[in-house]
Amino acid sequence: MRFFVEQLTFGLTNGAIYALIALGYTMVYGIIELINFAHGDIFTVGGFFGLTVIGLIGLDRAPAILLLPGLVLVFAVAMGLNGLLGVVIERVAYRPLRNAPRLAPLITAVGMSFVLEGILFLLKGPNQVSYPNLLPAGSINLGFASVGTAAVLIVLIAIALMVALSQFIRRTRIGRAMRATAQDRDAARLMGININRTIAITFFIGSALAAAGGIIYGFYFQTIAFDVGFRAGLVAFTAAVFGGIGNVVGAAIGGFVIGVIIALISGYFQGGAQWSDVVVFSILILTLVFRPTGLLGMRVPEK
Amino acid sequence: MSRGNAPRRRTLLERLSRFELRGFGAAGRARNAPYVLLVLALLLFPILDSDSSQVNVAAVAGVWILLALGLNIVVGYAGLLDLGYAAFFAIGSYSFAILASGQFNIHISFWILLPLSAFIAAIFGVLLGAPTLRLRGDYLAIVTLGFGEIVPRVFRNATPITGGVNGIVGIDQPKLPPILGWNGNFGFNPVPYYYLILVIIIVSIFLINNLRNSRLGRAWMAIREDEVAAAATGINTVTTKLLAFALGASFSGFAGTYYASKLFLVVPESFSFQAVSVVVLVMVVLGGMGNMRGVIVGAILIYFIQTYLLIQLPGWITSATAALNIDFLTKLDVGGYVQRSNYLIFGIILAGIMLLRPQGLIPSAQRKVELELGTTDEAVSDLGSA
Repeated sequence: MRFFVEQLTFGLTNGAIYALIALGYTMVYGIIELINFAHGDIFTVGGFFGLTVIGLIGLDRAPAILLLPGLVLVFAVAMGLNGLLGVVIERVAYRPLRNAPRLAPLITAVGMSFVLEGILFLLKGPNQVSYPNLLPAGSINLGFASVGTAAVLIVLIAIALMVALSQFIRRTRIGRAMRATAQDRDAARLMGININRTIAITFFIGSALAAAGGIIYGFYFQTIAFDVGFRAGLVAFTAAVFGGIGNVVGAAIGGFVIGVIIALISGYFQGGAQWSDVVVFSILILTLVFRPTGLLGMRVPEK
Repeated sequence: MSRGNAPRRRTLLERLSRFELRGFGAAGRARNAPYVLLVLALLLFPILDSDSSQVNVAAVAGVWILLALGLNIVVGYAGLLDLGYAAFFAIGSYSFAILASGQFNIHISFWILLPLSAFIAAIFGVLLGAPTLRLRGDYLAIVTLGFGEIVPRVFRNATPITGGVNGIVGIDQPKLPPILGWNGNFGFNPVPYYYLILVIIIVSIFLINNLRNSRLGRAWMAIREDEVAAAATGINTVTTKLLAFALGASFSGFAGTYYASKLFLVVPESFSFQAVSVVVLVMVVLGGMGNMRGVIVGAILIYFIQTYLLIQLPGWITSATAALNIDFLTKLDVGGYVQRSNYLIFGIILAGIMLLRPQGLIPSAQRKVELELGTTDEAVSDLGSA
């Protein structure tokens, strides 16, 4: 039981990170039907933004009382910067190709992924960079097992962000504009919605959430490297597809499910950790083949 | 097929007459002369290179040209984004390595395995493509990306069969019957490998060229341009796409076999997304999707940048900064930055080409001429694409 709870906690914590990345994939896909291959690397950049802010304000050496406001500042600044990065990428690389043949933006997205990875590789080098863990170290005793406070906090932060996002999409004017644009871009434009601005905001939110995921990743694993976004991005994309691409709730659920699946395979099978990625990417292929709409997905017409 | 060829011949004649007007002399030979000269130069190249080191480089570069030619069928002609091209390369390499080495003491001849492993790769291409090619085009990209990640991991983890992380070492090398005083053993001599890949590439170029002009090739381009319209004219889009995908895969498997025997070993690390799939994609996109000459130039350029420029340049910069005594530059480790810039260069090429010059460095000049002469056969398809 204790082992199961440990694995489950590990899975849910990882799942929270995957879910935060998956939201960006699914939002962008929902609105412009582009697989944003650069999103995994946007996640990594977000993690590094967080690390830079922590270093600048010296939060890892700050007294405990300043920790909470400091953390809020780190998240806010890194998420804002990363959101701007997403907007810039959309403006420079994707918008000019919005009406081009499908192959063009896809290849550009792969290119942007390598541009981001390449910049990080240049600046941060090939090795793991250590990340301070600013989350509390204790654990909560449940009687039959104990759960790390950090893990609980991470899952709570992620869920809070997801609830905020879904409320934003459901209740606000901009959220309504996003849904309308996703449904029918031309009709939305005729209704007076500024399409370019709506798409830019979508990229901003998606990238900001990825930054939150990147910082949490750093705290949890206490390390980050220029290329962690490649694998994490592919796993998160699997989560988005599994949950139903284009569907925000589906992406969140998919993230947690995939995270738990990886943790259980790694925990319960001999050498399972090596095979978990094979299983996850097989889930990706099988979902696309047998149920391309995923668990909760919308119907995606062939264009 | 004959209907398709008739206007092409007329075009050729008209072009020949244009050459004559420009004063190139005997028309037919003038047109082919550059290619004949190029092939002659390539045949004589090993004689000029006394220690065969450049021949060795060329023999490996040939693998990349072959890979780029194969991916060009998938991406350039059929317009399908295959991000898992390395998987088929790995399947070809490992098929050969397992069936022709001391791993299980099976030693099947290279000449049998060369087509066989291409066939195995093609089967995997069909198995992967058949269910997924019905889906949207961008799903294919992500499915192939996933497949490209799965295959090397399986090879790395299935240690009893594939040797795991250490791979398989001591792979058999091709043998020919003795001719002209040469005993026919390839061994570690790069020269026979060089001639082999040269022959393979030339045959491939003829083959792909004929394919492109065939009914199948025209169907690929029709699908790339407008899948709905292509289906409406009676093209079976799934089968046609599947053929492109499987053919591309078989080229990759073919190249893999050659690569494994040339290197004498296979390790799972050489088949990652970053090491193969993206590099070949960059070659195709840079050179010009759908244009074989462009793709070959792209392959040579990228191979040169990756294996020569990025390795030599840091040394030159370091010695230059040291010689000029520019202290702050020496401290900055410019050389290290240059060496680490390959990802950035690839990314800029991919995004930059698509945004600024989607037709690539060498857009099909031949088709431009065809357009000028008013034979719109195939020509329009290439201008709007990509």
